[in-house]
Amino acid sequence: MGYEITLLTTMGIAVIFALGLNIVAGFCGQISLGHAAFYGIGAYTAAMLTKGGTPFLLALPPALMLAGAVGVVVGLASLRVRHDFLAITTMGVGFLFIGIVRQQDWLGGEMGLSGIPAAGFGRVGFMLFVLALAAATAMLSVHLRRSWMGFAFDAIADDEDTAQLLGIDVARYKLAAFAVGTAVSGVAGALYAHHVRFIDPNSFGFVESVTVLAMVVVGGIGSIWGVAVAAAVLSIAPLLFQVIEDYKLMVYGALLFTMMRLCPDGVAGLVRRLRRGRAG
Amino acid sequence: MTAPTLDIAGLTVAFGGVTALDDVSFALAGGELLGLIGPNGAGKTTVMRAITGVVRPGHGRIRVGGRDIGTLPVHARIRAGLGLSQQLTRPFRSMTALDNVALAAGAMRTRRPLRSLLASDRRAERAEALRLLELVGIGEVAEQRPDVLPLGVLKRLEVARALALRPRLLLLDEPLAGLNHAEAERLADTILALNRGGLPILLIEHNLGEVARICDRLVVLDNGLLLADGPTADVLANAEVQDAYLGRGGHAAA
Repeated sequence: MGYEITLLTTMGIAVIFALGLNIVAGFCGQISLGHAAFYGIGAYTAAMLTKGGTPFLLALPPALMLAGAVGVVVGLASLRVRHDFLAITTMGVGFLFIGIVRQQDWLGGEMGLSGIPAAGFGRVGFMLFVLALAAATAMLSVHLRRSWMGFAFDAIADDEDTAQLLGIDVARYKLAAFAVGTAVSGVAGALYAHHVRFIDPNSFGFVESVTVLAMVVVGGIGSIWGVAVAAAVLSIAPLLFQVIEDYKLMVYGALLFTMMRLCPDGVAGLVRRLRRGRAG
Repeated sequence: MTAPTLDIAGLTVAFGGVTALDDVSFALAGGELLGLIGPNGAGKTTVMRAITGVVRPGHGRIRVGGRDIGTLPVHARIRAGLGLSQQLTRPFRSMTALDNVALAAGAMRTRRPLRSLLASDRRAERAEALRLLELVGIGEVAEQRPDVLPLGVLKRLEVARALALRPRLLLLDEPLAGLNHAEAERLADTILALNRGGLPILLIEHNLGEVARICDRLVVLDNGLLLADGPTADVLANAEVQDAYLGRGGHAAA
C-alpha cells in the first residue's frame, strides 16, 4: 500500500508540474526549456520556510508567488525573443538557477537541503492533498482554455503579429502565461520537496526540464487531458522499471525525438485522428 | 472644424539605404472613402504599415481623429480605432473562420488580460462574427478552417475581421486582389455600402476600375513620392499619373 501511495503522489506532482508548463508552452506557444528552475524555486522556497518552522500550508503561497514573480521576470527578458531563441534563453535560465543555488551555502549548496519536515497530513492525507491540487490545476487549465484569455493565447500561439493587429497586447498576455504557468510549477516544486523531503540542485536540472517537456510533447502540446495522462505515466515509469531510471535522459530524449518526428501533436492528436478515422 | 479622421504629415520611411516613402502628406476627412493607388513598389503598403505601427517612420506625424498615434505600439493603435485588412491574408489557422472574426469582435473582452480570464461566454461575439461573415458574403464557411479556404474567401475573411474591431477608420490593403470579377464587384459594393453607412475607409487597390467606381477621391504614390491628390476624375486625367501608372507614353489599355 505504501508503494502505491508513493506512486500516486509522484503522479499528482508531475501532473501539476507538466500542466504548468503546458500553460506557457501549450496555450500561449512560448517554449520553455528551463521550466525545472521554477519547480526548483517553489521547492527551495517552501523547504526553507518549513525548515524554519512555518507550517506547510503557509509555505505554499510564498512558493507559488516567488516562482510566479521570477517567471514574470524571465518572461520580461524573453519578450524580445521568439521560437528557437526563446528556447535557448529559457534553457539558460535553467542553468542559471542551478549555478546560483550551488553556490549558496544558506541553501545547502551542492549538498542540498535535508530533513525537510513532512506536510503533517500523514502519507495518505498528503497524497489526497496532492491529487486534489492536481485536479484543481486541471480545472484551472480547462477554465483558462475556455476563457477569453485562452482565446487570446490561441491567437498569440498561432501568429503574434496578427494578434497585435486585432488589438491584443501580446506582451502582457505572454507575461500572464508565464506568471500562471511558473506559479503552478512552483506549487508542484513545493509539494515535491515535502514528498521526498530532501532536495539538491540536481533535482531541478536540465534533465528535469527535458522530462517535463517530454510529458507535454508526448501528451500533446496544449491538450490538458493528454498532458495529464502523459505526466502521470512518464513520472512513475522510472519507479516501475529500473531500466528507465538508469537510462532516463536517453529514454525521454528518444521519446521527444520520436514524437516530434512522427506525431507532433502527441497522444491527444493521435486519439483525435483515430476517432475521426472511425467516425468518417 | 473637427480634426480629420486620418492626417499624415511629412511621412518618411527608409529601409536601409532605400527610401520607401519620401515626405508624404495627405489627409482623410470626415467619412470619406479615399483610394490610395500607385504602381507596384510605390509605397502604398508601407503607408499602411506606418499607420498601424508595424513600420516605424524616420520622420512624419500620423494622427487619427486628431490624436498623434506615432508613439503607440501596434495593439494600442488598433484600440485607438484602426482596423486593418492585410494584403497578404494572415488568418489564425488553428481557429475556424467564425472564431477568427469572433476574437476581433471581442476586442473589449481582451483589452485587459486579468478581465479576459473572468469571462468565457463567446456567444454574442460569435453571433456578431456570423453577421459580418454574411455581410462580406462568406457566411457559409463560418465553421471551416482557413487551411481549406480559397484566397478569395480569405481576403473577405480579413475584411470581416477588421470590421469586427468596430474601427473608426477601416484600412483595406488590396481587398479585391485574388477575387474574380463578380466577387470583386460585390465586395467593392459592400465597401461602398459600409462607407455610406458612415465608416471612413482608406482603400489601397490595384483594381483601378473598381477604385474609380467607388472612390470619390484618390491619392497617388509613385516611387515613395506623393504624385497626385484630388477628385478621382481629375487624378485619372492627370498626365503624370497616367505616365507613372500606365507606363511612360503608354495608353490606358487596362
